Amino acid sequence: MADHSALFELVRVRVLLFLREPEALFWVFVFPVLMAAALGFAFQGGEAPTARVRVLDGDGAAALVERLSKAPGVPLELEIAPQEEEPELRRAITSGRIDVLLLPGDDLELIFDGQRPEGAAARTAVELALARTAPGAPPAEATLAPMRERGSRYVDFLLPGLLGLNLMSTGMWVIGFAVADLRQRKVLKRLLVTPMRRSSFLLSFLLARLVFLVMEVAALVLFGALVLDVPFRAGYFDFLVLTLLAAFTFAGLGLAVTSRAQTLQGASGLLNFAMLPMWLLSGVFFSYERFPEFLHPFLKLIPLSALNDALRATMLEGASLTTLLPELAILAAWAAAAFVVALTCFRWR
Amino acid sequence: MRRIRRYRLRRVVGDTHKGAAVRVRGLVVRYGALTAVDGLDLEVRAGTCMGILGPNGAGKTTTIEVLEGLRDPDAGEVEVLGRTWGADALGIRERIGVQLQETDLQRKLTVIETLRMFQSFYKQKRDLGEILELVGLTEKRRARVDDLSGGQRQRLTLGCALVNRPELLFLDEPTTGLDPQARRRVWEIVEEFKRAGGTALLTTHYMEEAERLADDLVVVDRGRVVARGTPMELIASLGATGVVRYAPRAGHEVAAAAIGEAEFLALPGVRSLRVGNDSRELIVHDTQAAVVALLGLFEARGIQLEDLSTHRPTLEDVFVALTGKQLRDG
Repeated sequence: MADHSALFELVRVRVLLFLREPEALFWVFVFPVLMAAALGFAFQGGEAPTARVRVLDGDGAAALVERLSKAPGVPLELEIAPQEEEPELRRAITSGRIDVLLLPGDDLELIFDGQRPEGAAARTAVELALARTAPGAPPAEATLAPMRERGSRYVDFLLPGLLGLNLMSTGMWVIGFAVADLRQRKVLKRLLVTPMRRSSFLLSFLLARLVFLVMEVAALVLFGALVLDVPFRAGYFDFLVLTLLAAFTFAGLGLAVTSRAQTLQGASGLLNFAMLPMWLLSGVFFSYERFPEFLHPFLKLIPLSALNDALRATMLEGASLTTLLPELAILAAWAAAAFVVALTCFRWR
Repeated sequence: MRRIRRYRLRRVVGDTHKGAAVRVRGLVVRYGALTAVDGLDLEVRAGTCMGILGPNGAGKTTTIEVLEGLRDPDAGEVEVLGRTWGADALGIRERIGVQLQETDLQRKLTVIETLRMFQSFYKQKRDLGEILELVGLTEKRRARVDDLSGGQRQRLTLGCALVNRPELLFLDEPTTGLDPQARRRVWEIVEEFKRAGGTALLTTHYMEEAERLADDLVVVDRGRVVARGTPMELIASLGATGVVRYAPRAGHEVAAAAIGEAEFLALPGVRSLRVGNDSRELIVHDTQAAVVALLGLFEARGIQLEDLSTHRPTLEDVFVALTGKQLRDG
C-alpha cells in the first residue's frame, strides 16, 4: 500500500537526516551525559570535611587544644597559631582556607564565616566538641554521620531531572526546528502538492523520535548507574510507558509551539520562550518545593514537573504506574492539547 | 499608443471538454486589496505545452498555484485533468508533477534517497533507474543534494516531479538562474516528457524557452490574458517582418529626437515606432524600403548614426508591444 511505504520512507528520511547532523547528535547524546558527569562529580556526597580550626597562642591555648582533641565523635583539625598572625588568620577565614579561629581566654571567642556552609558546619562541630567535653557533660550519644545512602544523594536527585530535561529539550528542539526549517525552505509546500498524507508526515517525526529515544534514555541511565552509582529501581515496562508518553508530549509541544513559525529564528525564540520556565520551575536542578507553597499546585501541572516527579518516583523509589497516575494524566492532557493545537494551527507554507 | 489584438486559439474545442488537460474560466485571486489574477481564462490541450509569459507580478505564479491546488481562488472555475480540487484533490495529486519556483530539497539526503521518498507518495511509481537516466543523474545517485550544482539540483527537482509518470507537469520558471548549458539540459528533459505524450504548463521569463518548448502561449499582464496563440501567430500579430533599431551618434541626439512620430510613420514600410532609453525601434513590414527611407531622412537632416541594426520580430518584441515592459524587468 502506498500509504504504508510513504510513512516508512518518511521515518527513514528523518532518521537519516538526524544521523547526518553531528551537532544534533552531540546535543542529544553527549551533552546530557557530560552535564550529568560534571554535576554528579561536583556534588557527589562524601565524608563531611573535617573542620579546620586554629587556636591563637596565649593563656590556655594548649589546654583548649588538648580538651577539644579528646571530644568523642567530633574529629577536628587543630593547630596553635602565633598571636601575630591573627589578622592573617581572619582573612584566611573569609577566603575559606580555614574554618574557625578560636581566641582562648576567660570569654572564649569563636570566629567563623556563617555565609559558607562549611563555616557554619565547623562552628557546630566546635560547639559540639566543647559541649561534650564540658565538666559534667553527658556521654556522647551520636557521631556525626553524613548522608551517603544510595538514592538520597544530590546526584540521585539530579539524574532523573536531567533525563526529564533531555526528554523535553530534544523532543521540542529536534521536531520544532526541523519543521520550521522545512517550512522556511518551502519543502513543506513541495510535499503538499504530492498525495502524501499530512498525518503520515507528522507521525513520521514522532516515530523517528522513538528510534532515538531508547538510545538517548539508555545513555543517561547507564551512565548514572555505572559511573555515578545512581540506583535504577523502576520496572522496565513502567519506565518505558512513562518515557514514551513524555516523548509524545514534548514532541507535540514542539509541533504546537512552532506550528506557525515562518523562520528558524522565530521558531527558536518560541521554543526558548516555552522551555526556559520549565528549566527553572520544574525541579531539574533543585526541588520546586523551594518556591512559595501556594505555587506548588501550579508548578506540579507544568509538564516537565510532572515528568520529573514521576521519573524520580519510579527510578529512585520503584513507584509503579498506578501510583504515578496523576503525573501520567498531566502529561497525557498536555499531549492531547498540544496535538489539537498543532493540527489546527499547522501552517504548511 | 499600442493596439492590443486578442488572439483566440484556432483549435478551440467546441461543446465537449475532451482534449483539455486544464480548463480555467474567470479565475480571480485577491491578496487583500490587490487583485493578482483578474478574470483569467486558460485552456491547455492534452499532449501540448502551454507557456505563460508575463512580467513580474503579472499573476503567473498565483495562477499556477491555483492549478496545483496550493491556493483557493476567490472566483472562477478550475478543472484539472477533468476534476476539480474541491471534489477530488487526491486524484489530481496522483496524476500531476510539480516543479515549484523556489523549492529547496533536504540537503543532506542523497539524490536517490530524495527520489525514493517522493516516489513513495504515489500509487503509480516509475522506475528510479529510469528517472535517474532521464535527468542525467545516474552517476550522482549517491551524491548529497548539498554537493550538486545548480543545474543538477534543478534536474533533480524535475526528476521528483516525474516519479509518478504524471500526465500533467507544472513548471514554474524551471530554468531561472541557470547557465545556458544547464538550461538546455532541462529543456531536453521537458521535450522528452512531451514526446511521451505528456501535457505541460510552463511559466517563463525566457523567450528562447517559450519558443522552444511551448506549442501555445498566453501573454499575461496585470492578472489578465492580453494575447494568446502559437508563437508564430503571436509574432505574426505584430503585422511586421522586421524590427529596425538605431542609435544616433553623440552630439546628434537632439536633432534625432526632434523628428516627430508622424514623420517616421509616414516613411514607407514603417508600421510603428518604439522609443527606448538609448535607442529607438521601428516595427516595419517592409524592411528594405524602411531602411532606405530612414537613412534618407537622416541624411537630409545631417544626423549621423552610431548604430543601425535589423532583426526579425521575436516574442520579445510581441511582449514589449503588448505590455510595454521588458520581460526580465526587475
